[in-house]
Amino acid sequence: MEEETMTVSIPASLYKKIEEAIKGTDVPSVSDYIARVLREKLSQGKQPEEVFTKEDEEKVKERLKALGYID
Amino acid sequence: MISPHGGRLTARILEGERKAEAFEKAKFLPVLKIDDESVSDVENLAAGVFSPLEGFMGRADCRSVLNQMRLQDDLPWTIPILLDASPEEAETLKEGEEVLLAKEYGRPVAILHLEEKYGYNREELAQKVFLTLDRAHPGVAKVFRMKSILLAGPVDLIEMSPTPFDRYKLVPKETRFLFKEKGWKTVVGFQTRNTPHIGHEYVQKTALTFTDGIFVNPVIGRKKKGDFKDEVILASYEELIKHYYLKERAVMAILQMEMRYAGPREAIFHAIIRKNFGCSHIIIGRDHAGVGTYYPPYAAQDIFEEFPDLGIVPLFFKSFSYCKKCQSVVNEKTCPHPPAEHIQFSGTKIRDMLVKGEVPPPELMRPEVARVIMKFENPFVESDAENEE
Repeated sequence: MEEETMTVSIPASLYKKIEEAIKGTDVPSVSDYIARVLREKLSQGKQPEEVFTKEDEEKVKERLKALGYID
Repeated sequence: MISPHGGRLTARILEGERKAEAFEKAKFLPVLKIDDESVSDVENLAAGVFSPLEGFMGRADCRSVLNQMRLQDDLPWTIPILLDASPEEAETLKEGEEVLLAKEYGRPVAILHLEEKYGYNREELAQKVFLTLDRAHPGVAKVFRMKSILLAGPVDLIEMSPTPFDRYKLVPKETRFLFKEKGWKTVVGFQTRNTPHIGHEYVQKTALTFTDGIFVNPVIGRKKKGDFKDEVILASYEELIKHYYLKERAVMAILQMEMRYAGPREAIFHAIIRKNFGCSHIIIGRDHAGVGTYYPPYAAQDIFEEFPDLGIVPLFFKSFSYCKKCQSVVNEKTCPHPPAEHIQFSGTKIRDMLVKGEVPPPELMRPEVARVIMKFENPFVESDAENEE
């Protein structure tokens, strides 16, 4: 089963530039290059901070104390 | 602190009333007996170690992981998390219903909300994950021992199974809280299935120089013949940390999980797991999670190129050795002296010395660590089936 793909248009000149840039690298195609760059860019957005409830926090604290991880 | 993989920690360990209800319900559900490795997978799914997964993978995610090394939603994921059953077992289980997953001796483990039953191709699974069909590879051998039907769906853990190492068993919610309490913003994870020699200490401390803390995370579970036993690994690390690390900068906890020996794919999997534990960085050395000569020495480092969106920073280490001239641990970038001056950190050499009752020289292993290992009558796993819980 191949991954479903969509078509996106970029200027031909940019395509050629990318083609040149990936020559001799491990990036197999222009599409792969663009996917990598976009994934990197999209992953840089702010991630939500994990929030503990008060009850959760107390429970975790007690267990860590009992195991000797915190004083 | 770094976000869990996919943005949130999975939390499917039943507590209080829901746990009591599950125990009651368990008496009337169809039962599927699972082995210790699947029990570990269930626990890791429920405790958030495998976040964002909530259960065993269905066909679409499994195909996506095999073909793209990503879940269907494009999130990096390299190792399929699967639950197998025989056709006879699967025949008695209905999609849309609940199934009690129990240990081989009957102890209830979890409730599987069965969403899908499907078949798979063993050759394809083995080739894509392990890059070989050689049955001598332990991961391939395991695939060919798997039953022919896969079951998928979220799991609710009724209770963690007790282990001899519970003192060291932390779940991601706990390590994240612990790191926060210690004021660590950056944490480097170190995966190990070995006792520490001086080279390991060098790598860890080099990484620690650039982060706030180190999380030593030995993998506990089924290992290969000749590997150090779990209790030996833990005792040796405890001794190393006690004598040579700042208490406020190092934490050790176990990861109860089967080693797959999938080399590069497993390196990414290990990174995701440490990200869930709250690590911002992970150490990836030579032949990480490899076995034999199935993978090129640095394949487990090269594969990270394909995952710019992984969300955890890999720290790559190449080969290092002890230089008699420099009188320190060196690598190819730090030492001008010829190989004749270098002592390699050979696990086999250290092992042979320990077996003969010889304490390895301090250039190779801390004497405190060596003495702890030598206190064990037989520190090594004697057969591939040994060391199971």
